[in-house]
Amino acid sequence: MIKVENLTKRYAGQPAIQDLNFEVGKGEIMGFLGPNGAGKTTTMRILASFMPPTSGRATVAGFDVFAQSLQARAHLGYMPENVPLYSDMRVTEYLDYRAALKGVPHRRVAERVGDVKELCGLKEVENKLIAALSKGYRQRVGLADALLHEPDLLILDEPTIGLDPNQIRQVRDLIKNLGKQHTILLSTHILPEVEMTCSRVIIIHKGRIEACDTPENLLGKIRQAGGVLLEAKVGADNGAEELKKISGVRDVIVDSDGDWKIFSLRVESGADVREEIFRLATTRQWRVRELTQRRATLEDVFVEITHSDSI
Amino acid sequence: MRKFYTLLSREVRSYFHSPIAYVVLIFFLLIAGVDFYFQVSFMNQRQVQYTVQEAFFNSVFFWFAFVLIFPLITMRLFAEEFKLGTIEPLMTAPVRDWQVVLSKFFGALIFYIILWIPPAFYFVIFQYVAGQPAAHSAGAYSGSYLMLLLLGMFYLSIGCLASVLTKNQIIAAIISFCAITLLFFLGLVQFILLDVSSAARDLLGYFSAIEHMGTFSRGVIDTRPIVFYLSMTVVMLALTHQAFQSRKWRL
Repeated sequence: MIKVENLTKRYAGQPAIQDLNFEVGKGEIMGFLGPNGAGKTTTMRILASFMPPTSGRATVAGFDVFAQSLQARAHLGYMPENVPLYSDMRVTEYLDYRAALKGVPHRRVAERVGDVKELCGLKEVENKLIAALSKGYRQRVGLADALLHEPDLLILDEPTIGLDPNQIRQVRDLIKNLGKQHTILLSTHILPEVEMTCSRVIIIHKGRIEACDTPENLLGKIRQAGGVLLEAKVGADNGAEELKKISGVRDVIVDSDGDWKIFSLRVESGADVREEIFRLATTRQWRVRELTQRRATLEDVFVEITHSDSI
Repeated sequence: MRKFYTLLSREVRSYFHSPIAYVVLIFFLLIAGVDFYFQVSFMNQRQVQYTVQEAFFNSVFFWFAFVLIFPLITMRLFAEEFKLGTIEPLMTAPVRDWQVVLSKFFGALIFYIILWIPPAFYFVIFQYVAGQPAAHSAGAYSGSYLMLLLLGMFYLSIGCLASVLTKNQIIAAIISFCAITLLFFLGLVQFILLDVSSAARDLLGYFSAIEHMGTFSRGVIDTRPIVFYLSMTVVMLALTHQAFQSRKWRL
């Protein structure tokens, strides 16, 4: 559905994205992750034909986004970041206008507008001015707009930003449902969302793709590099000093809760140090109340990849 | 064609959704009304060599209001879309750049034409009340309205170009106001600088909106200004289209 080859975009000589290469297959939900300023919006704008790349090529549904931009645009539904809308129009009026603009046949406009209003829960605000809508509803109008012409592909730039937890859940469910018929590329900061909805994830950092895999595989790569949490009364011992001597322990951070000391251990990947810690605790007669291996989340993957240079 | 019509109808509607349309309408009708009243009362007191209709379209009042309305009509066209970011959903829909540019231009033109409908009734009312025609021939009406249309197209296209250059409406208004005022005064140079050669004077005469309006409102249809204004409008719209496209590369 999407094919990107050596895509580069420079703003005034400063590269925003460099040599991106990826593909999104039909029916996939691809998550696009990265810190602010990593180049997510730039990439999505290029894919939506809003601006041309400096070099490289991108095709959407087989159409080049630059040379055949009109056909490419006809095949995709794009929801921009922050969802700019004409605030002087009413919801139904706006959707009618967008449907005509996107070439939905005359006799199908009413049906399509009705369908997307139903799907996105806009029935109760259909006659309201867009200016009077809350952030959540504006977001839904943007999503409804993207769906109007039944595109094969949806590109959603931060669809859940600025929503409350309930609304996020609703939008997430909506996206999951849409994923049954559409190919979706969505960008987000909210990592649990990606774990729950996406079939594959691209992590982009400083304009380059750092990882591209399924969420499970990404977690698999980092799971062993998680951490161990130990809560114990160590008496006269320092605690951290002894723990650091265990092979496989990279770093120990100490916190305290009254008499209890809380040790967060970062361990090398592949190492399981819990048994060693237990042995240490029994020989030194520490009283232990918790010893757990912390499972890595996508957040750890994200932090590890995007902060690799600061560690 | 349907997409162009959809865009155009949104443009026209958006004028009437915003308070600007009503402010411009009221401001313009107020000045046009006062202008008409003054011309009629002036003629009531002395013998003159021209008709009410001619006087109306050639007064200082008329030109003052005329130069001011174009920046007000055109400043928001592109600048507002850039500022609010609505250009992004607009240009990621399958529409061509020229469809957007032309729909904005013709939307402004339709609003401008609507602006000129009420003053047309002044002449009808005058004829009804005074029992004599406001102009010496039907050609004088069509001539002055044709000139209004031509001047309107040219000045609106300048406004479009100014608006596509910036995302600040005020800056767009200042650019188009300056450009239109300078062009307008170019036609007055021949009255101000008496020592310019006759060739230069003739040349400047071609730019003179006042002179064109003078001849057209007498019912004399000269083809030179028609060609001049139409071709300049096309040039301005082509530049607008070019600037609009180049924005993508500068983003």
